[in-house]
Amino acid sequence: MRTDVNKISETTPHQELTEGLMMFAAATSKGFKTGEWRTNTPVFLEEKCKQCLLCAPVCPDCSIPVKNGKHEEFDYDHCKGCGICAKVCPFGAIEMKEGR
Amino acid sequence: MAKKDRMSGNEAVAYAIKQINPDVMPVFPITPSTEIPQMVSNYIANGEVDTEFIPVESEHSSMSAAIGAEAAGARTLTATSSAGLALMWEELLLAASNRMPLALALVNRTLSGPININCDHTDSMGARDTGWIQIYAENNQEVYDNFIQAYPIAEHKDVHLPIMICQDGFITSHAVENIELMDDDVVKNFVGEYKPEEFLLNPGKPMSVGPYAISAYAMEARKNQEIALENAADVILNVGKEYEKISGRKYGFFEEYKTKDADYIMLIMGSAAGTAKEAVDELRAQGKKVGVLKLRVFRPFPAKEIAAALSRCKAVAIMDRCESYNGNGGPLGSEVTAALYRNKVMIDAVNYIYGLAGRDFTVENVFDIFAELDDAVTSGTEVEQYQYIGLRK
Ligand code: SF4
Ligand code: SF4
Repeated sequence: MRTDVNKISETTPHQELTEGLMMFAAATSKGFKTGEWRTNTPVFLEEKCKQCLLCAPVCPDCSIPVKNGKHEEFDYDHCKGCGICAKVCPFGAIEMKEGR
Repeated sequence: MAKKDRMSGNEAVAYAIKQINPDVMPVFPITPSTEIPQMVSNYIANGEVDTEFIPVESEHSSMSAAIGAEAAGARTLTATSSAGLALMWEELLLAASNRMPLALALVNRTLSGPININCDHTDSMGARDTGWIQIYAENNQEVYDNFIQAYPIAEHKDVHLPIMICQDGFITSHAVENIELMDDDVVKNFVGEYKPEEFLLNPGKPMSVGPYAISAYAMEARKNQEIALENAADVILNVGKEYEKISGRKYGFFEEYKTKDADYIMLIMGSAAGTAKEAVDELRAQGKKVGVLKLRVFRPFPAKEIAAALSRCKAVAIMDRCESYNGNGGPLGSEVTAALYRNKVMIDAVNYIYGLAGRDFTVENVFDIFAELDDAVTSGTEVEQYQYIGLRK
């Protein structure tokens, strides 16, 4: 029953899908680009950013990567554009723009 | 050596559970099934089984925990009745769609209202389209035997579906009758160890159960689930054959009692089949050609086999211990007539609703029904096609 999930697509006939659609792989949500649902997009204004990192933990989609204590570019594959990060940022370093 | 004993239906199921020694039992008590977890906890307290007993705060939780435990890789069961089953509703569907072969000991009790704790099939019939296998018993012996067959059916690789082993509340669950119990090692051998191919607590083999499915996948998943339920039919028959070898007792989709040359057949499920057989014996002594088809397997529904078994008779009384509120009959009434029509068996089929909320179903009721069928066939009397029996008028 263990199947390579990469071999399953929207054209796979029912006989070849897994039982109960079980997924036999780890961290598969990474490959599910839910950022496509976004209608608003956060824009990172790096020059205003003080690296206080208040934004990163409040993102419901873990779409604000932090490396070496620094806020990096948004993960637009998964950001839903909810705007929470922009609300939280005390320095106006995140602006929301309409569209994707 | 099999041993003779006397037990209630609840005791019989608890005893089967003890012999199987499943891994996990999350459960919440509700009349009339409470004795099952109560007895199993005694077995656990006495060190006779090492089942992990999880006392939960509701049936919504017991079925959720059962799904989780089963997905983790543990052989799991729970027990309930009536409102408890209703509270599990959402999880019942999940257990089936996630293809979890867990077992549920259901002690049939009516659902409110009016509030009542006695037997009818409203609870399990309400869950008839949740994707579970449903097997019914006439008495304590059958519910014991059915429970031992539960896991070999549910866990079969072509099935992987949850299974509901039903018995009639109080009538079967609390009445003490003779029973033949099998030896522990015979039961253990028959049921075998649970070795799921895929399960969550399997280091190095990550998987996820019950993912969100977009429209491009959900319909295919449902078809596959439907195929699994159809597959259960053969598996049920094969497990029944194997079981006969160790018990000497025969189990199929249904039992045909004196139906071979019968002009009139009563199709019935559960404990009331005993009453129907008693009446048939008396009528046979008067030379009347009548019989009983006692349905054991309701899901998957053996439509073709039922139609074939009824094809030689002149009329059938389809007995529902449940109202369907569709204005056209009970669940068995609808499904059996559909089976007859699709298989082109054009006999008279009258649907009777009986025994709701513990109303007695008597031998006299059965006499009246057979007399009515005979009247319809021989004198052409028009019979109400969907009616209540044993109702004060
Ligand atoms: S909250 Fe604003 S200032 Fe702080 S790290 Fe995030 S973007 Fe930078
Ligand atoms: S807009 Fe919402 S989802 Fe996107 S990065 Fe900000 S908090 Fe996360």
